[in-house]
Amino acid sequence: MFAHLRRSLARHRAGYLFILPCLLVTTVFFIVPLLMTVWMSFNHWPLLGSSSFIGFKNYLDLLSDESFWGSIAFTLKYTLVVTPAIFLVAFGLALLVNRSVRFVGLFRTAYFLPVVIGMTTASLLWTWMFNDQVGIFSAVLMDLGVIDEPVQWLGETNSALASILVMVLWKASGFTMVILLVGMQAIPHDLYEAACLDGASWWSQIRHITIPLMRRTFALALTMSLIGSFLAFEQFFVMTRGGPFNSTITVVHWIYRASFTYFKLGYGAAMSVVLLLILLAISGLQMYLLRDDHE
Amino acid sequence: MSNVSQPLMSQRWRRRAINSAYFSVCTVLALMFLFPIVWSILTSLETAAEASTSPPVYFPSRFSLENYRNLAAYGQGIGLYLGNSASVALMTVVGTLVLATMGGYGFSRFRFPGRNAIFMLILVTLMIPFQSILNPLFVLLRLLHLQDTQLGLALVYTTFQLPFAVFMMRNAFDAIPKEIEEAARLDGCRPIDILLRVMLPLVGPGLATVALFAFFGSWNELLAALILISDSRAFTLPVMLLNAQSGQLGSMNWGLMQAGITLSILPCAILFLLLQRFYIQGLVAGAVKA
Repeated sequence: MFAHLRRSLARHRAGYLFILPCLLVTTVFFIVPLLMTVWMSFNHWPLLGSSSFIGFKNYLDLLSDESFWGSIAFTLKYTLVVTPAIFLVAFGLALLVNRSVRFVGLFRTAYFLPVVIGMTTASLLWTWMFNDQVGIFSAVLMDLGVIDEPVQWLGETNSALASILVMVLWKASGFTMVILLVGMQAIPHDLYEAACLDGASWWSQIRHITIPLMRRTFALALTMSLIGSFLAFEQFFVMTRGGPFNSTITVVHWIYRASFTYFKLGYGAAMSVVLLLILLAISGLQMYLLRDDHE
Repeated sequence: MSNVSQPLMSQRWRRRAINSAYFSVCTVLALMFLFPIVWSILTSLETAAEASTSPPVYFPSRFSLENYRNLAAYGQGIGLYLGNSASVALMTVVGTLVLATMGGYGFSRFRFPGRNAIFMLILVTLMIPFQSILNPLFVLLRLLHLQDTQLGLALVYTTFQLPFAVFMMRNAFDAIPKEIEEAARLDGCRPIDILLRVMLPLVGPGLATVALFAFFGSWNELLAALILISDSRAFTLPVMLLNAQSGQLGSMNWGLMQAGITLSILPCAILFLLLQRFYIQGLVAGAVKA
């Protein structure tokens, strides 16, 4: 048995040697931490000092933790607002730049550029633009006579959510636009030409050719932005700090706070497990929607 | 005669009108997307006093580097934080390139028991958000005496990059015809020489894509840096900027913030503008895979 294994290893040594480093790093810094998350969630685990096994207590506490469920509800609300908004804007942009005309490359670049800026940097930038004293939005709206006095856009739950929606649309639409563009360009051109000859209008071409043939791409774009939105952190951490009155705390933000502000690492790990399960469910949905079948 | 040309004329006019409407809409949108970046850069070049004026001035009265001088003197000096971010990013890029090239080559060119299972294991980590394993990573890095070190942070970032990078590199190697290395093997080259001398020059675009993603991922990351680095001398740029903003609420130095934001944006914007082909290729590869 071992002799066989040794012989097999010797024969395939080169292959194993090439993949060993990345397997090792993935194991130490991903697989092990993943298992540790589960283990930690069954422990009382302070930042300093020794941990102790407490069974399901963290999970039982979690069940009655209104702040945690509040953060889930808020994240869900944010996700359900942001995902369709990004999708619609990105689809519009993709339709706009899915042509081979002059300058279209420049337009694509401009719409995509915010994607490569860090979410933290973008959030700091927009916090400043939304500021009531020095921000551009209040100033312009006041000069136009739309508002009478500066508005604290980030100071109230709903206007903060709307403001962050605007920021995220700016930051993330370009990404979804490119994904949709890839799908759009995979549609055979002669379909449109045939439709054109039949006298189909621009809109009916989109309705009857583009949209039906892009279902897979739509599913991909939507689930990717679902996942991204559910993991939202920086924009709220920077722009609202979770306020006012903890009304804009996302799940990741709440895990961070429980773990590194209240030093309850085990409790944070239990929340991480819940977050993990939610995301695996979304990934499962993604795989189901993108499964290879030919209907 | 006129019966024919009139509809033609109006059709031409119609097309011209549609075209100019199209370009106007596209241009206005482009300006909207670029405006925040430009506005921040312009403000960073105002005097400190003007940058903090309320309400804001639309047209700066004069050009000044005062905000950058203030930023240079902020905390331990902006150079330290820029250097921290740059060295973490460099280590992440190099680490990701080395590991993903070896791994991608191994998965593409060698047949060995467990190959598919191990490849799936690495890919599956894509489905698990890194945000859910940060508590154990904090414990683990402390155990390995890597907390507060750039190496530790770079190792973590490298790990987050690996699934995509290995996938990308395996595809890049898959696209190279086998005959090329057969010839080298017949000449008696060792596998590592084949990889370095024959194959590597052929997967340049894949390497560029992987390097870009690794750079952006590392340069822009906040949450892991926030958790794994507590020594203020080891702060990366995003953590430092965040502290600069929350540390001085009330007497916010807005000009200094814009200078910092500009410095954080510039490397990303420049790299993207120069190498966007490779970045977009990465997105496309990810989108097609799914």
